[in-house]
Amino acid sequence: MTLNKRKTEERIFKFLMMASTVIVTGSLLVIIGTIVVKSLPALRLTMLTQTPKGGYYLGKEGGILNAIVGSLYLASGATLLAVLVSLPIVLYLNLYTKKASALATFTRFSLDVLWGIPSIVYGAFGFIVMMTLGLRASLLAGIFIVGLLELPIMARAMDEVIRLIPQALIDASYSLGATKLETALKVIVKQSLPGILTAVLIAFGRGIGDAASVIFTAGFTDSIPTSLLQPAATLPLAIFYQLGSPLLEVQQRAYASAAILTLIILAISLISRVLIKKFTRHTIR
Amino acid sequence: MRHLKDLIARRAMFLLTAVPGFLVLSMLFGLLQKSRAILALKSFSGLLFGSGWHPLKGEFGFLPFLMGTLWVTLVAMVLAVPISLLTAVYLSEYAPKFIREFTKPVIDLLAGIPSVVYGVWGVLMIVPFVGKVLAPLFGVYSSGYSVLSGGIVLAIMVFPTIIHVALEVFSSVSHELRETSLSLGATKWETVKYVVLRKGLQGIIAAVVLGLSRAFGETMAVLMVVGNVAKIPKSVFDPAYPLPALIANNYGEMMSVPLYDSALMLAALVLLLVVLVFNLGARFVLMKAERRAE
Repeated sequence: MTLNKRKTEERIFKFLMMASTVIVTGSLLVIIGTIVVKSLPALRLTMLTQTPKGGYYLGKEGGILNAIVGSLYLASGATLLAVLVSLPIVLYLNLYTKKASALATFTRFSLDVLWGIPSIVYGAFGFIVMMTLGLRASLLAGIFIVGLLELPIMARAMDEVIRLIPQALIDASYSLGATKLETALKVIVKQSLPGILTAVLIAFGRGIGDAASVIFTAGFTDSIPTSLLQPAATLPLAIFYQLGSPLLEVQQRAYASAAILTLIILAISLISRVLIKKFTRHTIR
Repeated sequence: MRHLKDLIARRAMFLLTAVPGFLVLSMLFGLLQKSRAILALKSFSGLLFGSGWHPLKGEFGFLPFLMGTLWVTLVAMVLAVPISLLTAVYLSEYAPKFIREFTKPVIDLLAGIPSVVYGVWGVLMIVPFVGKVLAPLFGVYSSGYSVLSGGIVLAIMVFPTIIHVALEVFSSVSHELRETSLSLGATKWETVKYVVLRKGLQGIIAAVVLGLSRAFGETMAVLMVVGNVAKIPKSVFDPAYPLPALIANNYGEMMSVPLYDSALMLAALVLLLVVLVFNLGARFVLMKAERRAE
């Protein structure tokens, strides 16, 4: 091939690469832009402050406060559950087991598998558990299943940061007479706090946005749940059901709800960026 | 006292560490247990390859749904793989630093957007685009709720997965190797083609398979734009009814028809097994590639 031809090939592919990058980044802007523009006619303050009037499917008045509160309850509970399970697992894997031990390999492998399982399968599994236990669709069942869904996301993200802690730091803590537990809580957790917080926020975002797992387990209702055993509305399902309505006004409310959910996700990602900046000051390098 | 605390904590942590493995096994076992009711009456291959779906008559053929899933996933991958790989190559080899810094959070956000939001966007933009612009262009009629719409929305959803893994793979290719190629007079693109892509081939395959398994199980976004007609699609402009959508759409009525719940749990089991195999394969290849790179 002549040099000219080779240069032309280079130019063609460089153009294709830039075009692809523009498509990828542009699609985010187009998605957010479309949702925001389409939601403007229905976006009112009452959307945020009232529960639906006349039912979520046909009612044109009121808001989606039930879904916002339901989603926050559900995602907070699920995230708390996921932290309580995944942080000890990750600490155990990194402090108490050897890197290549069978238990560590098997657990990391299971987490990888869980990470890949689609949320609809979590939903179906939750449904089976509920039937076996005789539970009905409730906030509690939703928290349980979404917590399990968040577990591998959170544990893998935490594992990635905690793995990076230098062994010397851990050894220094031991040599001062600290037990493994004290090292875990006072050195490791403190040192990797920004990473742990990001992991928690990523998992929270996943939990608040997932619809397929709560459709079986949390149910849907027009009122705000007052106990763990009542069904709870969630934002993704509110969007889904409103969009299925034959009435144009209700469909527009679905766009507005989608804009609200997107804003929550954007806010979470922004907060995690700020937190990383703020907490990295306290870590030892 | 401090040692006692340490001991208790160690035991408690050990127990929790068993949770992930236990969870995988109990999902498999639970779904299998529930689908035994229908497997006792019908053959597995008859269920998978039967094309009649009439729950009231006790007829459960998964073929239309399996084909729906395969079509949508295939279209999504055809669109997503070249675009994601080209983007990953650009970001790892060509892009100036400020573009990389700008693109990374954008891709992270794209991964964080909930699937219902993708679905709403698909209904607002992709469905009319396919129905009113693309279909007339090809001289066919389509409502817009079609395999193609599902594929386009899914493709955007798997961009982050493929780009993320591919970037990791490319960064593991050593700089010396690239410099050797450049110093032999290869152009930058030739270096990418003959060194980076070839060296990272296994990793790229793993990236694609991980994207594929993400696409395979995606439920809500696809469900909202794909039309949900239980017939094997004949072209990309036909509607389809993927397996995850079948499970999500019928949870309400499945308890009132005999065997219906068992059939849906079998569908979930099939989904779980397929995704499991894809994931295991990809992890295995990635692990081997990592070991070779070290």
